[in-house]
Amino acid sequence: MSKNTLYDKVWDSHTVAKLDSGQDQIFIGLHLIHEVTTPQAFGMLKEIGAGVAFPDRTMGTVDHIIPTLSQIRPYEDEQAEKMMAALEQNVNEFGVRFLHLDSGKQGIVHVIGPELGLSQPGMTIACGDSHTSTHGAMGSLGFGIGTTEVGHVLATQTLALNRMKVKRIEVTGALGPGVTPKDVTLRVIHDLGIKGGLGFAYEYGGDVFDAMSMEGRMTVCNMSIEGGARIGYVNPDETTFDYLEGREFSPEGDAWERGLAYWRDIASGEDAEYDDIYEIAGESIEPMVTWGINPGHSVGISQPLPEVDSFSGEDRKTAEHGYEFMDLKPGEAISGTKVDVAFLGSCTNSRISDLREGARLMKGNKVHPGVRMLVVPGSQQVKQQAEDEGLHEIFKEAGAEWREAGCSMCLGMNPDQLVGAERSISSSNRNFIGRQGSPRGRTHLGSPAVVASSAIAGCITDPREMGESA
Amino acid sequence: MSAKRIEKIVGKAIPIPRDDIDTDRITPARFLKSITFEGIEKALFCDERENTPDHPVDNPAHKGASMMFVGKNFGSGSSREHAPQALKRFGIEVLIGVSFAEIFAGNCFAIGVPLGVASADDVHELIKQAQEEPETRFSVDIRNATVSFGERVIPIDIQETRKNAFLAGTWDMLANLRGNLPRVEEVAARLPYVTNFESEAQ
Repeated sequence: MSKNTLYDKVWDSHTVAKLDSGQDQIFIGLHLIHEVTTPQAFGMLKEIGAGVAFPDRTMGTVDHIIPTLSQIRPYEDEQAEKMMAALEQNVNEFGVRFLHLDSGKQGIVHVIGPELGLSQPGMTIACGDSHTSTHGAMGSLGFGIGTTEVGHVLATQTLALNRMKVKRIEVTGALGPGVTPKDVTLRVIHDLGIKGGLGFAYEYGGDVFDAMSMEGRMTVCNMSIEGGARIGYVNPDETTFDYLEGREFSPEGDAWERGLAYWRDIASGEDAEYDDIYEIAGESIEPMVTWGINPGHSVGISQPLPEVDSFSGEDRKTAEHGYEFMDLKPGEAISGTKVDVAFLGSCTNSRISDLREGARLMKGNKVHPGVRMLVVPGSQQVKQQAEDEGLHEIFKEAGAEWREAGCSMCLGMNPDQLVGAERSISSSNRNFIGRQGSPRGRTHLGSPAVVASSAIAGCITDPREMGESA
Repeated sequence: MSAKRIEKIVGKAIPIPRDDIDTDRITPARFLKSITFEGIEKALFCDERENTPDHPVDNPAHKGASMMFVGKNFGSGSSREHAPQALKRFGIEVLIGVSFAEIFAGNCFAIGVPLGVASADDVHELIKQAQEEPETRFSVDIRNATVSFGERVIPIDIQETRKNAFLAGTWDMLANLRGNLPRVEEVAARLPYVTNFESEAQ
């Protein structure tokens, strides 16, 4: 059993009670809510006549269904309009803070939490969305939950949870040129498998994470769930504190000093013990791209696609299914695969550093005539900053579409969807069958750099071959 | 609020042999655009079913099934409760598999759908039985943690404490959680960030 890790410390300090179910009742420090997974939960509250227990620890926004072109109400999509109206009604009725479109601060929950300084080290954070693991980058524990559990948090600010084991993932040395945090997370999932994290929280550490930006850490923690780990986190350090200082909800003055003391203390101790440790040499990681139907089906961009014999049992059948669905063959190169759509966005990669990376490669280039490219900032603040820096002009001049903030084509709950058997290169997090809105649509996951270089070339392309290297 | 006691489930089974069935496949995202779960069962595996003429969910021999046999890591990906809701509303009262994704398992417990874990060989046998003799009636005994058909009895693992909650009808955690609200206030008061560090920690 792990000892004295951040996970253990936060768990212990947030335990309310041991439940008869054998689970621990855990206090939730921040509850982020959005339109998709809450209407039934608010319905539950109405049924039992309960209110929101800690409205000041709750923050709402809208992201999944939001159209990224015209946002004029009522939305063209009646169902989307109905969901939006239900959320507006619920946050009003229950007195929950809400970052609406006119706030200038709306965005994907996992982008705005850190951006506003709402997500802080040593917190427990819950949201009805599996990518809540993102907030682990701040040194917090982020729990993705279902709708009934959203109701539990609304009514009690707690969850009934099973304690997990802790696996330390140590990435040593340094990343090569053109290799990004997205490649690190895809490599981790590649090595440990999409089931490897079941029952575990991942603690990321080592030289590569020490040197990584906060936004990079968010990308990695975001995809912990794709490796089966509900939670991923990085211990808070000076990079974390520098990021937090001066944000809207960050403490100030003496409170900031008290915050620092708490945050430093919550990090895993020198004597921390882990249930397991996995090590990767940073130098061995190259830009990664997925070829199949789950995020573990990935390959180094210069490598040939793996033989099905390299998989065993059911994994082999899944790999065969993946090759069939994606219309690819083992032994082929992934690089050079023609794409129809390039998507730069999602809670994984839609922050300012992601847009800068994309723009750096797009500058002076054109999107290939056979490719439709969408650039969707993660929040209104990211969009504003990108426009202040002129990044939108670079994308537009290249022929990409510059959109409003939202989840967009990561899951196609708004009009941004693949059509038919279109093939995309996407900076999002899931290449599941049907994920991007078309049951036959095919998704390749890659970093913002891979998305940008592939959009220009019209086929999956190694960003290290695009002239100047990072 | 008292919940239903869950002791025994008897009926036919739908076999879903593959591993890593994600919740996007169980309930595609476009069916999440609703403010209730009503009718969500229509979305169950709907894209797959459209493209697979002999999909087990549509096989008339499995009609009326009350359980599902699945492989490893069932319910991976998105946290959408729509997936277990669709299964439950379709009539699936229990799932037996090799392993389940964490959030999916939590959602199932929250809505009173027991999950039984069995060895890969045993699950393979169950899946084969349901495929080859779809009229087979299986019996899941929560108390004794077994699934049986004919003379065959297969042990399943159901977390002991959850098992007790199903048997006692106390699996709806909301009442338990609400009962501890005074202690929740105490924990909140101990955590310095709850006041954004404005006051000295207690």
